[in-house]
Amino acid sequence: MKRTLRKARLLLGVTYAEMMEYRAELYLWALSGIMPFILMGLWAKAAGETPMGMPPVDFVRYFLAVFVVRQMTMVWVVWDFEYDVVNGQLSPRLLHPLNPVWRYVASHVGERFSRIPFVTALMGIFFLLYPKAWWVPAPGTLALAILAMLVAFIMRFVMQYAFAMLAFWTERANAIEDLWFTLYLFLSGYIAPLEMFPPAVREATLYTPFPYLVYVPAKLLAGQPVPALTTGFLVTLAWGLVFLALQQVLWRTGLRRYSAMGA
Amino acid sequence: MHGEHYVPEPMPSLNGSRYAVAWRRFWLSSLAAEAEYRLNFILATTNSLLALAGSIFGLHLFFRTGYRLGGWSWEEALLVMGVFTLLDGFASALLNPNLNRIVSHIRDGTMDFILLKPMDSQFWVSARHFSLWGVPNVLFGLITLGYAGKKLGFGWTEWAQGSLPVALAVLILYSLWFALAATSVWFVKIYNVTFVLRSFLEAGRFPISAFPQPSRFFFTFILPVAFLTTVPAESMLGRTGAGNVAWAGVTAILLLLLSRWFWRFSLRFYTSASS
Repeated sequence: MKRTLRKARLLLGVTYAEMMEYRAELYLWALSGIMPFILMGLWAKAAGETPMGMPPVDFVRYFLAVFVVRQMTMVWVVWDFEYDVVNGQLSPRLLHPLNPVWRYVASHVGERFSRIPFVTALMGIFFLLYPKAWWVPAPGTLALAILAMLVAFIMRFVMQYAFAMLAFWTERANAIEDLWFTLYLFLSGYIAPLEMFPPAVREATLYTPFPYLVYVPAKLLAGQPVPALTTGFLVTLAWGLVFLALQQVLWRTGLRRYSAMGA
Repeated sequence: MHGEHYVPEPMPSLNGSRYAVAWRRFWLSSLAAEAEYRLNFILATTNSLLALAGSIFGLHLFFRTGYRLGGWSWEEALLVMGVFTLLDGFASALLNPNLNRIVSHIRDGTMDFILLKPMDSQFWVSARHFSLWGVPNVLFGLITLGYAGKKLGFGWTEWAQGSLPVALAVLILYSLWFALAATSVWFVKIYNVTFVLRSFLEAGRFPISAFPQPSRFFFTFILPVAFLTTVPAESMLGRTGAGNVAWAGVTAILLLLLSRWFWRFSLRFYTSASS
């Protein structure tokens, strides 16, 4: 136990330092997450002119929360893993007394912490420009929102890592991830809160993993009511298990056929 | 490879046609390289189709409740989406594959070879590659435009009115993208800044009048997204005067000259790798 903790601390320290080297790049990445603000403007204006069932300020808070959720749940493991497989970097890592996945997890977690100051600053500027949107969620909801974000991050990581395993067979595993990401963009609540969806579509999406990756955490963070949290949790758990099993199968069969460059 | 048997074909001496020949060869070699990844192309096409369906769904959400997005009707807003998809395809086919490579040429010092070629360096870095992945979006953009135009009863006049603004939009997009890519001379470490531009351009999916006042100002005068999609759609609808198109023309020419000047200026700071 103590050794595991030490390993974790070391890995995190290293990846955090690595990420701090690339601060400028990170800030640009964060800046490229501008889409929620674009949609915020559109929806707030729409709700101001036609009744949409949600007042404009709720849209503003929702999309600000979407921005935060996106920033805190970014995952890119498929590109890293693919690179490591194609270039043979995976081979030395297989010799370490540590499953390679933890290195990727650590780099994601380390990056997350280096991103926080920037995201906080951006939110500060936002509230200065638009003080009407200021809100503080109740401590209980906030805790729940943080938990939901953590679950969303884990889910995205597990799913993407499963797709990353395809790198053992093809050089472009990320093409599959791209397809999945397109579904995520349109079904997760990233483009609009699910209340705006036609009822039938909304019902259907609740059985996919997507709403729990953006919509539910963002709603909680914005302090707005979320329907049927328990069902959501069960759906997420089910999908998580499916992808975890898939990843395990692909990892085992893939590793057997893996012959790296220069190995 | 087989150097001793290789006899280089004589380059046509006429300047313009030399560029045309070079461009044709660039494209052919890019196509040959892409043909290696046929399955990827199918996946990319599927993805483009899915993305188009998603975008149309996203646009529909605004109209569901009877709201007219920025005062535009559903078919009119589809025109904007069509122009956006077309430009997006153009960016994926020509801008992304070329201009994203500038940074690696600078980092690895291979820019030396490009600068030594008897050819304009801006042309070379802008035209060397061509990616098939953008083609589906170009087609889907045209289909969306065709569908919306048919519903709106467009004839040849409407399409003709729209073609010049679309061409100007292509020039504006290229110039912006190129100027930003040229900054990689200074920011070698930053993988590339163009993805930030790309994310801001997403605003072009929607008519500019759908935005609240401050962002409308930003997307017209600071980052001219309005000229990319809204002005072309308005021209097709015959809703904009010659004034707006003239402005688009002035913007396009100024930005193009600026990108050219900026490229020369930034190259003065290029010192090759390891020196």
